[in-house]
Amino acid sequence: MTFTSSLARGHGDAPACIVVPPAAGVAGEAPVGFLHSVESGAAGDGPGMRFVFFMAGCPLRCLYCHNPDTWKLKAGRRIDLDEALAEIAPYRGFLRLAGGVTVSGGEPMTQARFVGALLTRLHDDLRLHTALDTTGFLGRSVDDDWFDPVDLVLLDVKHSDPAVYKRITGRDLAPTLDFARRMVRLGKPMWIRYVLVPGLTDGEAEIARLADLLAGLGPLVQQVDVLPYHRLGVHKWAELGRAYPLDGTEPPSREALDAAIAIFRTRGLKVR
Amino acid sequence: MNAITENATAQEPWAGFAAGPWQSQIDVRGFIQANYRPYLGDSRFLSGPTSRTLGVWAKLTELLAEERKKGVLDVSVDRPAAITAHAPGFIDRDAELIVGLQTDAPLKRAIMPNGGLRMVEMGLEAYGYEIDPAVKETWTRHRKSHNQGVFDAYSPEILAARKSGIVTGLPDAYGRGRIIGDYRRVALYGTDRLKADKRRELHEIDDAVFDEATMRQREELNEQIRALDELAEMAASYGCDVTQPARTGREAVQWTYFGYLAAVKEQNGAAMSLGRVSTFLDIYLDRDIERGLLTEESAQELIDDLVIKLRIVRFLRTPEYDTLFSGDPTWVTESIGGIGEDGRPLVTRTSFRFLQTLFNLGPAPEPNLTVLWSTQLPEGFKDYCAKVSIETSSIQYENDDVMRPHWGDDYGIACCVSPMRIGKQMQFFGARANLAKALLYAINGGVDEKSGMVVAEGFTPIEGDVLDYDTVVAKLDPMMSWLAKTYIKALNVIHYMHDKYAYERIEMALHDRDVLRTMACGIAGLSVAADSLSAIKHAKVKVVRNKAGLAVDYVIEGDYPAYGNNDDRADSIAVWLAETFIEKIKAQPHFYRNAMPTQSVLTITSNVVYGKKTGNTPDGRRAGEPFAPGANPMNGRDKKGFIAAGASVSKIPYACALDGISWTASATPTALGRVPEERQKNLAACLDAFAGAMGHHVNVNVLNRETLLDAMEHPEIYPQLTIRVSGYAVNFVKLSREQQLDVISRTFHGCM
Repeated sequence: MTFTSSLARGHGDAPACIVVPPAAGVAGEAPVGFLHSVESGAAGDGPGMRFVFFMAGCPLRCLYCHNPDTWKLKAGRRIDLDEALAEIAPYRGFLRLAGGVTVSGGEPMTQARFVGALLTRLHDDLRLHTALDTTGFLGRSVDDDWFDPVDLVLLDVKHSDPAVYKRITGRDLAPTLDFARRMVRLGKPMWIRYVLVPGLTDGEAEIARLADLLAGLGPLVQQVDVLPYHRLGVHKWAELGRAYPLDGTEPPSREALDAAIAIFRTRGLKVR
Repeated sequence: MNAITENATAQEPWAGFAAGPWQSQIDVRGFIQANYRPYLGDSRFLSGPTSRTLGVWAKLTELLAEERKKGVLDVSVDRPAAITAHAPGFIDRDAELIVGLQTDAPLKRAIMPNGGLRMVEMGLEAYGYEIDPAVKETWTRHRKSHNQGVFDAYSPEILAARKSGIVTGLPDAYGRGRIIGDYRRVALYGTDRLKADKRRELHEIDDAVFDEATMRQREELNEQIRALDELAEMAASYGCDVTQPARTGREAVQWTYFGYLAAVKEQNGAAMSLGRVSTFLDIYLDRDIERGLLTEESAQELIDDLVIKLRIVRFLRTPEYDTLFSGDPTWVTESIGGIGEDGRPLVTRTSFRFLQTLFNLGPAPEPNLTVLWSTQLPEGFKDYCAKVSIETSSIQYENDDVMRPHWGDDYGIACCVSPMRIGKQMQFFGARANLAKALLYAINGGVDEKSGMVVAEGFTPIEGDVLDYDTVVAKLDPMMSWLAKTYIKALNVIHYMHDKYAYERIEMALHDRDVLRTMACGIAGLSVAADSLSAIKHAKVKVVRNKAGLAVDYVIEGDYPAYGNNDDRADSIAVWLAETFIEKIKAQPHFYRNAMPTQSVLTITSNVVYGKKTGNTPDGRRAGEPFAPGANPMNGRDKKGFIAAGASVSKIPYACALDGISWTASATPTALGRVPEERQKNLAACLDAFAGAMGHHVNVNVLNRETLLDAMEHPEIYPQLTIRVSGYAVNFVKLSREQQLDVISRTFHGCM
């Protein structure tokens, strides 16, 4: 969605080089979150119309990130649970009919304690459909029951090859694949999201490998969203004083997109 | 032309209709309620265009292209317009099913000097025509126009307010419009019966006290009877006898259109709306289908042919007028759908057929198809509306659940958002007052920030370097009172003179004698004024003064909540402004013809012109920058998506703006979903949400910004690209570059 860059501004410092365990906070204290922005009516990030919380903070540094302004945790607006819920209160009736709530980011699991509490309230108290939009990278930091209030997982898989994955994100692929298998074990429906970047993620063999892998996970992988790379976030890199790593890369052609979709489809996967 | 009477056997026109009081009195609503059959299904029954339809449309497409090049295709210079002024005209005489043009050739414009000769002269001159000496002599020596009358009565203060742009767009030099004749009456009753009823109304007041009101009424009723005769004469020139009721579906469409055609032959009102004809016509089409006289395809053809005619209604206007209103709008608004007072949907197959014309003939700004939305509408119709919106961006939505309690179930929309009971209510169109400028006048003590002239006498400016909220509000209150007083004086003059010199004879002939009149005021700059006050209240706003001591700029320190994010801190200010201004209006001592004061939050596209005329504002908006249209949040300041923006807009209570509250929402297709079915479902859900929140009106554009940018560079590829602006639709390629940029700068809710 149209992001507002005014709420969060990075300081142009170097990306975090340490894997930060989720900011668990102190047990007993009311959880506090850092919110980048919200979007009241989005389609695509889960079934129907979604209210989306974009949480601040992300341990990945994807080359094509379109929201680099969400990387820094503390660049978000500090809010408590009641404030977060007050954001959606006016739309509760609508969301129950028309869709639900998606917690995205950034990487929402960077704030696992707050996000977990938020999802519980959304799911159990407000009885809304919930979706978690994640890379799964920080999955190990939470227990299985953390996922109880999650109805749907939107899992971003950036690449099927560990080396390329590392080049794109600065992180390892293994936690993401572990996460996917864990979601199968927990019986969570998943939508897999794959960003098609010409010259970076459009190789036939690597897409095929990912498709095989996903097909092997079974019917809980409900669909695959092949998202064409776009340049709408480029200006944010400039605003943050950062050089854009994919300068010169253009969005994929319709043909390239169809070719990628076809590979997933031949494995029996549903693609939108 | 294939003779229209060939299918019509000598049958009784009302054969097969359920009887009722509608037979003994003029009561179209009663007829509809007794006879219509709601359609609850989906759109699969619809037919595409026939080759005949496409042939007629193709002929017109060539003429439209030529018109786009020249600005005006042709003008009938030698005679002032009148119902019977021109011989019959045709697009393709042998192929047309529904006939009748404003003049004797398609797209040839008539001159209508009753509104004002100056407008006619300027319009002619702009397109290289010369006025006929006889016409000029008549309207300078023998006949006075509306425009002359108005300027005889205006006060210096009104002239100053008009010049500075604190009130703009007043219908003082052209037809006021926004009056909807009940054109259906021609089809249901025929003009003989309508004349008899007008005579009854006249004789009922034979013994009334002959005061000014009675005498005016008596003169008007006789004018109405004369206009009905002229309507019959005009129809006869096309070979149709409208003195008698329509006997077939084709006649019903034709008779209704003749009623409308007579109105646009005589009046160049700013908005010449059609009303609410689709479900009425459905009763006739349905009867013919049952009788085997029509098929779905031939029923659709009749509606397609009617819509072709409605698409080429033209008036001669000046380029300045077109700049103000973006292109060449006529606001042939047709209201579709809604729910009856008994709970049955007023959706019929013909409701679908009207929308289907946007596929059969391609998207177009006119007629201004307006869906009366209710959460109770049948799902099949909701889905179809959403589909049409997504594919054509050509329809607007108004909340029937909000309007029905006020206006019943047989109202129509005039122009963009103005509801009125058809045949029972009319409005005195009042353009709008500029609230953002009123705020600057409050700060500067009535001195105009651009000209430095005193416009509002007797006020003192605010002193000090930082604006204090309570001080500003205390100054704004009496300034709004001054504005309301000046504004209503102007409107009383305008409508008195319009009745006197440019009376809408045929439109009022298709009304009851005793109608409800509203004095339809309006406000512009709501979001600018609300955000300015929010900035003054929640941030620190410093004043920058010029050498003369006039506040000309503002420096904001800190952030402030902006209207449009569902944040009560800002939204409540917008509500306060709208509620306060209508109270100031209602407090005025006199409304011409006892009109009921109402208000709209609607700018049409004059938001650009209002912006031009308004200096820097305390919200950070720069001098000259366009206002947001209608009740929209300021462009780019609604940061939480369109559900939040819609929630803010819907907080403005309809009760304080009975003439309508306009919101224009633009979304990219992907913002509504990845696949068409998902988009349809999501858009329908959003419309339900907005309606459920009691939002009044929404224009829906589903477009990519890139499409618009491309259309700016290559207009020839996009002749039919239609977008919704405040309350109506325009051909994007006909907008000025400035307006195109304004549209593109508006918030697009999109998916990244």
